[in-house]
Amino acid sequence: MAVDESRADPVEDKSWISVTINGSKQDYLVEQRLSLADFIRNQVGLKGTHLGCEHGSCGACTVIIDDRAVRSCLMFAVQSDGSSIETVEGLAIDGVLSPLQESFQANHALQCGFCTSGFLMSLVARLREGPIDTESEAREALSGNICRCTGYSGMVAAILEQSNSIQGIKENS
Amino acid sequence: MSQISEIKENLTVTNIGRGMIRREDPRLLTGQGKFIDDLPFSDFYEAAILRSPHAHARVVSIDTERALKLSGVIAIYTAADLEPIMKDLPPKVSHPKLNYQIRLPMVKEYANYVGEPIAVVVAENRYIAEDALDLIEIEYETLPAVASTHAALRKGGPKVHIGSESNVAVHIIQKAGDPEAALKTAPHVIRETFKITRGGGHSIEGRGVAARFDPITQQLTVWDNTQAPHYVRQMLATIYGMTEDEIRLIAPQDIGGGFGPKAQFYGEEVVIPWIVMQMKHPVKWVEDRWENFISATMERSQTHRVEVGFDEDGHLLVLKDVFEHDQGAYCVGLQVPTITMSTLPGPYVIPNIHSELISCYTNIVPTSSLRGAGRPQAVTVMERMMDRIAEHLGMEPAEIRRRNLIQPDQFPYAVGLLFRDGSPLTYDSGNYPALLEGAVDRIDIVKFRRDQAEARSQGRFLGLGLSMYVEGTGIGPYEGARVRLTNSGKILVTLAASPQGQGYETVYAQVAADAIGVDIDLVEVRHGDTSSIPYGQGTFASRVTATAGPAVWEASELLKSDLLAVAASLLKCDVSSLALSGNSVFIESEPERRVLLYDIALVSNVGRHGMSVPRDLPIAIERTAYFKPVQAVYSSGISAVIVEVDPETGKIEILKSLLGHDCGNVLNPMIVEGQILGGHAHGIGNAIYEEARYSEDGQPQAVSYLDYALPTAIEVPTPELFHVFSPSPLNPLGVKGAGEGGTIPVPGAVANAVEDALRPFGSRICELPLTPERVLRAIYDHD
Amino acid sequence: MKSAPFKYYVPSEIDEALELLYQLGDEAKILAGGQSLVPMLNYRLLSPANLLDINRVSELKRYSLTDEGLKIGAGVRQREIELSPEIELAFPVLHQALTNVAHVQIRNRGTICGSLAHADSAAELPSVMVALGAQMVIRSGVGDRAVKAEEFFKFHLTSDLEPAEILTEVHVPKLPAKTVGAFEEVTRRKGDFALVGAALLGQWDANGQIQNCRIVCSGVAPVPLRLRFAEDIVNGTDLSDQVLVNVQQSVMDSLDPTEDIHTSSHYRKIVTGVVVRRGLSRLVDQRGAANGSR
Repeated sequence: MAVDESRADPVEDKSWISVTINGSKQDYLVEQRLSLADFIRNQVGLKGTHLGCEHGSCGACTVIIDDRAVRSCLMFAVQSDGSSIETVEGLAIDGVLSPLQESFQANHALQCGFCTSGFLMSLVARLREGPIDTESEAREALSGNICRCTGYSGMVAAILEQSNSIQGIKENS
Repeated sequence: MSQISEIKENLTVTNIGRGMIRREDPRLLTGQGKFIDDLPFSDFYEAAILRSPHAHARVVSIDTERALKLSGVIAIYTAADLEPIMKDLPPKVSHPKLNYQIRLPMVKEYANYVGEPIAVVVAENRYIAEDALDLIEIEYETLPAVASTHAALRKGGPKVHIGSESNVAVHIIQKAGDPEAALKTAPHVIRETFKITRGGGHSIEGRGVAARFDPITQQLTVWDNTQAPHYVRQMLATIYGMTEDEIRLIAPQDIGGGFGPKAQFYGEEVVIPWIVMQMKHPVKWVEDRWENFISATMERSQTHRVEVGFDEDGHLLVLKDVFEHDQGAYCVGLQVPTITMSTLPGPYVIPNIHSELISCYTNIVPTSSLRGAGRPQAVTVMERMMDRIAEHLGMEPAEIRRRNLIQPDQFPYAVGLLFRDGSPLTYDSGNYPALLEGAVDRIDIVKFRRDQAEARSQGRFLGLGLSMYVEGTGIGPYEGARVRLTNSGKILVTLAASPQGQGYETVYAQVAADAIGVDIDLVEVRHGDTSSIPYGQGTFASRVTATAGPAVWEASELLKSDLLAVAASLLKCDVSSLALSGNSVFIESEPERRVLLYDIALVSNVGRHGMSVPRDLPIAIERTAYFKPVQAVYSSGISAVIVEVDPETGKIEILKSLLGHDCGNVLNPMIVEGQILGGHAHGIGNAIYEEARYSEDGQPQAVSYLDYALPTAIEVPTPELFHVFSPSPLNPLGVKGAGEGGTIPVPGAVANAVEDALRPFGSRICELPLTPERVLRAIYDHD
Repeated sequence: MKSAPFKYYVPSEIDEALELLYQLGDEAKILAGGQSLVPMLNYRLLSPANLLDINRVSELKRYSLTDEGLKIGAGVRQREIELSPEIELAFPVLHQALTNVAHVQIRNRGTICGSLAHADSAAELPSVMVALGAQMVIRSGVGDRAVKAEEFFKFHLTSDLEPAEILTEVHVPKLPAKTVGAFEEVTRRKGDFALVGAALLGQWDANGQIQNCRIVCSGVAPVPLRLRFAEDIVNGTDLSDQVLVNVQQSVMDSLDPTEDIHTSSHYRKIVTGVVVRRGLSRLVDQRGAANGSR
C-alpha cells in the first residue's frame, strides 16, 4: 500500500475513537497527538485524572484500561480506541465513597489530594488481582506512584485496613 | 500559659484537639477537587514559555516571525513588548548589606540561569504553544557560568552578573558572647566541613496562573496556586500601578502541594495577567514538570566550615560556623540563610557563638524557602558536631546532648542571636530533655549497642543517629480571619491564607465551633480569595496555625458576644444567663426559651428595610480579627534513626525511625501527625535520595524523576511518633507550627547513623545526600 | 510537555507495517508500549514525522512456550510474561529481572521487544537476554534476519536495527537441564535503572562444578557487558569462597565502567565485582536444588 499523502490534511490528523469510560460508551474525534490524559481531562471533561510529570514517573495520571493500571500520560488517546477506561470519577457510586476511599479518609492517606486519584486507580487494579496482606506488599503496590505530602504511612494503613475488612467479610460469610 | 488554662476553664472544648477526619477529602477522593488546571477555563488561551537553555548568555536577537505564522498561535511577548512591567521583583527578606541585583519578570538582555523566561507564546492550546516555542529563533552570545559557591568565590573567576564586582550577595556575621576568646581557651576544639546539595520542592502539581479581565468592571481576576494570595496581589498592584481592589487574586480551593516554592513570587505571575489585559482575552499558564525542574525555586545548597570548643565533660563552650549559601542567580529572599544562622545553636546552651554567612550568586535557578527553609542544613551541621564531640570524648551521643540541653526552667531562653523575623532569638517554651529521654527510652540505646556489636561481629553494620532541633514558627507580621453569621444562620469563616493540603477547612472549623460554641456542622471555612478578606500574608514558615489560629479564635469570640447580645435583647434577659449550643442561644435555666442563629441573622443581618433597631442591638454580625505575633514561637523535636549500611554497595536501609515532636497545643492531632509524617519523608529524600545536580557550566542534570530520585513508599518507613506538649505562652491557643518539623532533623539523624554504622571503617560523613556513591567513597577514602 | 505533531499509522497486519516502514524510512518511529518513547516525545527529545503503532498487529501479540523455548512477539506486554507461571518456572531469571523493571503500571503497557529495541544499557531486559542467549527476529520489507542478543546491542540506546526494520520477536532458547540463574541489581530506588546489574546463568555438573556460566552486566558499559574473563575464572570450579573472592577482585581490576550523573566509574568498578560475586553465590545456593537429591 502507498502512504496516504492526504494525511497531511489537518482534518486527517484526527481520528474517531470509540471508548467506554466508567461504563458509558461514546465516540470521540481526537487529535492524533493528544495524550490520553489530556483527552480524559479536556475532551471528556473528567478532571480528576491529574498530570504530575508527563513522563510516566509520578503516577498521578494513572487510570485503568481493560483492567490494568497504566499511565495515561504515556498513551495517545487514539490508541485507546475500543478499550474500557476507568477513572477516579467511577469509584464512588451515587456519591457514596467506596470502602478504599473511605479508608483513605479515615487514615489521613491524602493531604493536598493531587496525587490521590492515581494512587486509588493503581490500588483498585492491584486489589482486583488479590488481597494485600502485608506492609511490604502494600508498599510495593504504592511504589509506582509518588506522593509528596503524606509520607505514605496513611496509605499503607488504609490498604491494610481495607484488606483486613475484606478478609473479615470473607471469613464471616 | 494562663491563656491555655483560660480556654479549658471557660469552655467545653469539644472539637479542638480531636483528630477529626477532613472535610476536604470527599471531593479529593472522587476526582472533584478544584485545582487550578481543573477549573473550567475552556475559553482561555494557553501559554507556553521559552526559557533560556544557557546558564549565562546575552540575548542578541529574537525572531518570532516563523512562530507567529503557525496556525493557532495568537501572540508572542518578549521583554521588549512588556516594557511597562519590566520592573524589579524585590526579595522577600533583604538586608542593608545586600549586593542587590535586579530580578526582572523576563530576560531583557542577560539570561542568568537555565530556565529563565525569555518569551511567552499564547496559543489556542498548549500543544500549539509548545510547537511555536520550537520556531522562535534566538541568537545567544554565551558567557562563562558560575555553578557553585566555590566557583563564585574563586578569585578572578567569572561573574554571575555582568558588570558586578563580586559574586557575594551578602556577608553577615552574628555573634553572641566572645567566640574568639572562647576558641583560644577551650580545652578541646574540633572542626569539620559539611556540604549539603540542592533539592527541590516537587509539589506534584506545578505552578499555575490564569487571568481574566472584565472590561465593564475593570476588574482583573487572577487565579494563582500560590501559598500567599495577598502577597501576590500586592506585588501585582505595585507593578501594574493598580489599586489592590482592582485585582482579585484567587488561590484555587485545592492546591496540589506547596512546600515553599509556591510562596515565592515569579516573573510568570507578573506577565500572564498583564498580557491578559493587553489581549483582552483570558489566558492560562500551567507549569509542566520540565519547567518546574528548571524554574521553580529550590534550596539547601550550603557549605559549612564549623568549629566547636568544649570542656572535658563535654559542655559546649563555643560554636563558630562560617558557611557559603548558594543564592542562585537572584536574591528572591534572604530568609533561608538567615534562618540557617539562627537555627544552628538549636536546643543547646552555647555561651559563645559566631555564625557567619557568605551568600553567593550562581548561574542557577534562585533558591528560596523549601520545607525546612535553611534549618535542615543548620541542624545537620550542629548535630553532626554533637556526635563528633561524643566520639572525641568516648561518650554516648545521647549523653553529650543531655549535658548541654536548655532546661525547662530556663524559658524564655535568649540565645543571643536574631531570628529571621527581626526579633531576638528567644525560645518561648519547650521541654528538650523530655524529647531526648522520650527517644532514648523508646530506642533502648543499651540494647541497641549490644545488637550493634553483635551485628559487627557478623560483618553487618548498624548505626544509630540522633538529631534535635528548635524551629522558629508562627512568624509575623500578622494573619487574618473573618467570621460571619450568614443570613441562613450558619457560620462562615474566611481565611486569607490558602492551604496546600493542611486541612484548613477542617481545622479552623474546629477552632471557630469551639470558640463560639456552635455545632461544627454549621461552620464553613473558605480561604484564599482576596475579595473575601482584605488583608493577609499567606501560608509559609509553619506560621498559619499560630497566626490564623488565634485570629479565628479572636474573631469567633467577638462574634459570640454579638450573638449573645442579640439573643439577650430578643429574649429580654441578661447576657450572663445565656448559653450557646447547637444552632441556638438559650437561657441556661430555661432551655426552652431560645433563639435560633437563623433568627439572629434575620434581625441583625437581614433587618427590616427602613425600620430602626434598638440602640444596643449588634447589627451586621461579622467580625474580623488580625493576630499579630510579638515574635516567633519555637517548636522542637528529635529524630532517632537506626540504619544498616551495606558497605559493599553503599546502600542504606532504615531499620527504625522515631520522631519526637513538640508544637505546643495540638488542634487536630491527625493532621499534625500527617504533617510530621510527610515532612519525615521529605527529610529521608534529602538525606539519601534527592539531588538537583548541575554541570560545571550550570546545566541541570536532573530534569526527570528518573534522574531526580523522589522517595516512594518503599524508601520511606513509617516512623514511630511521640509528642511532648509545651504550649506557647505567646498566643491564646498555645499553638506552634508543625509543617516542617518532620523534615528538619532527619538528614542529620541519618548522617549520624551512617557514620555510626561505619565507625569501624573510620568513615567521615560530610556530604548529603548519602547516595551509594558517597557512602562507598566515605568507606574507601578512610580505609 | 506535549508531543510535537506526527502522522499516526496503525497497521493491523505485519506486512502492512513493514510496507509502511519501508516507505517512511527513518522518518518514522515504531510505537509499541511507548513507555520509553512517549516520555522522549513529551520532552521533545524526539519529534518523528510519523509514528507507526504496532499495537494492533495481532500476530505480534502472541507468545509461546514450547520445547524449543520461549517466543515473545513485539506486541507482548512485559506484565504478561511476568504473570505467566509457566514462564517463571522455565526462566526464573527472566521473571526475576522483569519484577525489577520500573513499576507495574509501566510493565502493564511496556513490551519486552520494545525495551530491547530501546537498547538502554542500564535496563534489565537487554542483559538478561544476552545471558539467555536470545535471538532477535528482525523483519523488514526487504527480508528477514536473526541476530544474537549479544550482537544486537551496539551502543547506549542504539541497536542493530535499521530504520526500515522491526524487531518482531525475541526467541529465548530452552535452558539446558540443571540450569541455575540469578539476577542481581543495585539501584537507587526500587524500580530505577541499574547503577550496576548482573544476570547470571550456569549449570552445575555431576561433580559439583559450574559449567557454561554466563555473566552479563547492565549499567556498566554502553551495551550489556558479558564478562567472559570472569566466566573463564568460574567455569569448572565449585564456586568456593576463594573463587568468588578471586572473581570479584578480577572484575574490579579489569573493568573501566561508564560514568554518568547517577554514579562514578569507580563506584561501578567496585560494585560490579560485588554484584557478580553475590550473583554467583546465588548460584551456589541453588546447587542442591539443581542436582535434585544431592
